[in-house]
Amino acid sequence: MKEELFASGRNIPNIDPYLNIWHWQIPSYLFLGGLAAGILFFASFFTIMGKEHKMEATVKKAPLLVPFILMLGLFFLFLDLKHKLYFWQLYTTIRLESPMGWGSWVLMIITPISILWSASYVKEAFPNWDWKYKILNTIEAWLIKNRKIIAWPMAIYAIILGIYTGILLSAFNARPLWNTSILGPLFLVSGMSTAAAVIMLMSKDHKERKIMGRIDILLIIVELFFIIHLFMGFLAGSEVQINAANLFLGGKFTAPFFAFVVILGLIFPAVLEVFELKGYKVPIVVPAVLILIGGLIFRFLMVEAGQITRYLY
Amino acid sequence: MRYAMAIDTRKCVGCSDCVVACQTENNVPVGFCRDWVVEVVDGTYPNVSIELRTERCNHCDNSPCVRCCPTGASHFEDGGIVLVDHDKCIGCGACIQACPYDARYSHPDGYVDKCTFCIHRVREGKNPACVSVCPTSCMNFGDLDDPNSKIVNVLKNRKFKSLAPEAGTKPQIFYLI
Repeated sequence: MKEELFASGRNIPNIDPYLNIWHWQIPSYLFLGGLAAGILFFASFFTIMGKEHKMEATVKKAPLLVPFILMLGLFFLFLDLKHKLYFWQLYTTIRLESPMGWGSWVLMIITPISILWSASYVKEAFPNWDWKYKILNTIEAWLIKNRKIIAWPMAIYAIILGIYTGILLSAFNARPLWNTSILGPLFLVSGMSTAAAVIMLMSKDHKERKIMGRIDILLIIVELFFIIHLFMGFLAGSEVQINAANLFLGGKFTAPFFAFVVILGLIFPAVLEVFELKGYKVPIVVPAVLILIGGLIFRFLMVEAGQITRYLY
Repeated sequence: MRYAMAIDTRKCVGCSDCVVACQTENNVPVGFCRDWVVEVVDGTYPNVSIELRTERCNHCDNSPCVRCCPTGASHFEDGGIVLVDHDKCIGCGACIQACPYDARYSHPDGYVDKCTFCIHRVREGKNPACVSVCPTSCMNFGDLDDPNSKIVNVLKNRKFKSLAPEAGTKPQIFYLI
């Protein structure tokens, strides 16, 4: 039996007995970032495919939310900072080694792009909208003409943003639960699934909902595969990773993870969506809201559990 | 120049003098500490072994905290000492997550704080506060690149280990066993 204790006494707030330095702000931000990334990706994807008139909610309506989603996410990030007045230091350096460093630059780029995208569609959503200044009208005309050109960088940056929400965690070698490269793709797919849910909620067109429903089922299957893959990788890993996996496979996170994320957040909504495609009447709000809640809880659990896992020595 | 520490776990009595000396020298706020003493008990009586060791930032060669810092606040000083520039730190907590040794904490003033190897004393040619007060002289601080230094000599003649080398951080605090 090996027992370790602090002979000198040590009870540092948020560090002991186990790390808990990141609270609700980070998982909420990861959720919002993934959601925004997914919406922007779908908007640019269907624009590039030339389907913007068939996918009204995807291309025109949902992206109007994105600047607000991103700003709320950034606000949460700001709340997380303990030395808030120095936040501008993020933008005085470019540090490619630091995921948080390049992530903040990606946000700096994609937020204005999403604002420009929304601006080009704002008149379609609000016909009485008036830009007031001539220059703004000129910019709008240019944006409308060049939507396809904007769509390409937007799609690429959306994917980077979606993956970044996972890499932010996976870059920490010291936290075995996070230290797996599958986390980037997993968070990307999960973010896209939550975006599909929001689009389905906003869409009034049955055909569009059907397309997004099909995409969402596929995304959920991929996500479930990634989750299995995540735990398979851990169980074949070192002791600290096996311990990390066991938090979810019998440990204290098992019940919330399987109940709210896997069953209520993924499998059940996917089954409902399949029923809807088969022609049964399912109110779309049920699977969509379940996916959103599942996605949010998933990030909360990952951030909370990851901080508990650590190296043994 | 490469500063490092070699700590003799067989001499340490766990008195915590190093902890108090550090807190006094560096004005560490009450309730926090930059170094601490761990007692590892292995086995049950009568087959029991105890290891006492004083721990702190390992000033790693491959520091995950320096790598993940988004503003460059965590950086290397001469001799490989890892420092936090308070005016650049935004308090995001990334370095705290990145440290396998939980050697960093969030200072009540907002920035992240940790052991500095008492760089202000080292620059004056003195030992870090913890080393200088140790009643059993279990800590050796010095330059690994200086073949005549005591630390090089100690590491040559004794078996030693470092903490969680599998984390790939190349820690620069060595424990003589």
